[in-house]
Amino acid sequence: MPVMNMIQALNSALDVKLSQDPDVLIFGEDVGYFGGVFRVTEGLQKKHGLKRCFDTPISEGGIIATAIGMGAYGLRPVAEIQFADYILPAFDQLISEAARLRYRSGGEFWAPITVRAPYGGGIFGGQTHSQSPEALFAHVTGLKTVIPSNPHDAKGLLIASIESDDPVIFLEPKRLYNGPFHGRPDEAAKTWAGDPSAEVPEGHYTVPLGKAAVVREGTEATVLAYGTMVHVAKAGIADSGVDAELIDLRSIVPLDIDTIVESVAKTGRCVILHEASRYAGFGGELSALVQERCFWALRSPIRRVTGWDTPYPHAFEWDYFPGPARLAEALRGVVEEN
Amino acid sequence: MTANRLDLYIPEPDARPGDQPRFGDLHLCGPGEVRRPDTRTDEAEMRDLPYGLIRVLDDQGNAVGRWAPSIATDVLRKGLRAMMVTRATDDRLFRAHRQGKTSFYMKSSGEEAIGAAQSLALAPGDMCFPTYRMLAWLIARDYPLAHFTNQIFSNEKDPLKGRQLPILMSARDYGFYSLSGNLGSRYGHAVGWAMASAYRHDHRIAIAHVGEGTTAEGNFHEALTFASTYRAPCIMCVTNNQWAISTFSGMAAGNVETFATKGIAYGIPGLRVDGNDFLAVWSATRWAAERARANLGPTLIELFTYRAAGHSTSDDPNRYRPAHEAEAWPLGDPVERLKQHLITLGEWDEDRHAALTDEVAEQVRSAVKEAEAIGTLGQSKPPVDEMFEDVFAQPDWRVIEQRQELER
Repeated sequence: MPVMNMIQALNSALDVKLSQDPDVLIFGEDVGYFGGVFRVTEGLQKKHGLKRCFDTPISEGGIIATAIGMGAYGLRPVAEIQFADYILPAFDQLISEAARLRYRSGGEFWAPITVRAPYGGGIFGGQTHSQSPEALFAHVTGLKTVIPSNPHDAKGLLIASIESDDPVIFLEPKRLYNGPFHGRPDEAAKTWAGDPSAEVPEGHYTVPLGKAAVVREGTEATVLAYGTMVHVAKAGIADSGVDAELIDLRSIVPLDIDTIVESVAKTGRCVILHEASRYAGFGGELSALVQERCFWALRSPIRRVTGWDTPYPHAFEWDYFPGPARLAEALRGVVEEN
Repeated sequence: MTANRLDLYIPEPDARPGDQPRFGDLHLCGPGEVRRPDTRTDEAEMRDLPYGLIRVLDDQGNAVGRWAPSIATDVLRKGLRAMMVTRATDDRLFRAHRQGKTSFYMKSSGEEAIGAAQSLALAPGDMCFPTYRMLAWLIARDYPLAHFTNQIFSNEKDPLKGRQLPILMSARDYGFYSLSGNLGSRYGHAVGWAMASAYRHDHRIAIAHVGEGTTAEGNFHEALTFASTYRAPCIMCVTNNQWAISTFSGMAAGNVETFATKGIAYGIPGLRVDGNDFLAVWSATRWAAERARANLGPTLIELFTYRAAGHSTSDDPNRYRPAHEAEAWPLGDPVERLKQHLITLGEWDEDRHAALTDEVAEQVRSAVKEAEAIGTLGQSKPPVDEMFEDVFAQPDWRVIEQRQELER
């Protein structure tokens, strides 16, 4: 089976859909001739033609509005927002339009769009190339929000997103594009080579939205994570000495609540790990759900390990970034507490 | 009726890698060709200007035509020096990125005349809402180069306290508003700042910048609407450097008109100016400033130039445009053109230029050395407490608790 990094896997997903479905087209800033600033669309314009993969003006609101219009006509556009940090000018289009079009039109119109955006930190990108805005989208009913953590899932989830009849925000952890990252910046950068999840089938397959993956089975605590933090969690669990179960949520809307409940019911402890800042972050929702559904199984308070409640700080990237040491401390804490 | 089949149009540039540089119709005018109306002229009487190109310097370095300003020669020399320092700094810090001393850098190459001329043409209290290619504004106002380099290195003495990406500067005392990585999001701030100045019966004006690619953002149009409606005392600039990363200028322009014409629908006078001509930039900026200070409202200036380097340290321009396009740019190099003008005036010569080149190289070398002595990225950083400062004017319990949590 071919070995791909996450960029190649995403490129393969787009290539498969462009080949298979003439209604799929791709557009965004620098995605055409240049192939995108992270090279995810490299070669697609050359292979599939100018009209299937093209550049847009610098106008995120315009990109998403246009995608919605195309979707309403009957196409399946895949729009790229160059960095998730830049998606905010399109917020009105996503929230007031894409998320509600089917509902408010009594099912007459809908927008099966996929919005891809590199997101997250760990690359010294500063305040406007590092943020994790997933909670903003999760709060909006009508949008799906998907976050892969490895090449195999990235391809399968992207194809599933494109085939979804609902609008999907597809956040790509840019720190994982070229290799897994365990939150230890002093270690040499790894590539995906040798990682089983980098074995990616050439053709069409899907990873269903709303189905979490149990990455590691354990008995003493449950760690909920997604994106880059899945890899940080592996390292943190190993450091902690706690036999923790690690769940990669894969999509936060729809959320695989059954897998979460089943795990916490078994372990009795829960630590939530995300890169975004804490207050009103998606960890707050996860914490509420676990408390509501697993209260009698819980043996200690749920903990959140997250970025701090500050803007993403350039020089303090590794002070801000919730690394394995902080997760390990939280895991030991939930076990000792109870 | 036989239906005509529709077809989707996608614009493309005239040349890509492997092609000869080909610019198509740049709507150029000769030096001195464009008329210079009185600043009190009604906008409706000036709608030819956005289609012209204000140029002052001819090929021999003479200042010609009605837009030729009268600038003291020491100001011209200061401008020349600022452009040279900017270029030398850019080259040095771009290399520093390749050596792992910083995370990111963006050069102003080819666009140095814009920041330098406008910085010197406007008054100390005026506020510039810049793009990331306006380093020459700071240099022309003698911003300490070592401080700037500390920001690039995110070290302990970083004036922005380690919080911001390199080159996204802020320097209030130098009339340089805080930059952000988002495009166009400060264009409207300039309008609001200018309206506030008018409200206070102040004398200060604002100058705002975006690149041509950013004219596609809603922010651009919203700002122009407000500027026009409230006759805000501001100068609204569009630096058309032909490339928005890999995307050619036609992608934002609809491939038909000049960017200065964007003002017409808003009733804002538009000037289209050779951005590589220090004198033309200075003169047009002064004209717009005169209008603003006389309560005549905003002016839209398109600064027509060419981005001679890549977008940033993150891209290789040879992957999306012809290799020798910068050299083929018909409006030359702003440094060479101002140098030639000073020589033509009898105020400069090759020996003095060579001496200045050495002096500038030494100034940059010494500033970078000073910053390196404090530390480059990762070797030195501000106290970690700075991460939690300034989130709110007064820290709330989250900041206090999280700071303690980090220190544990």
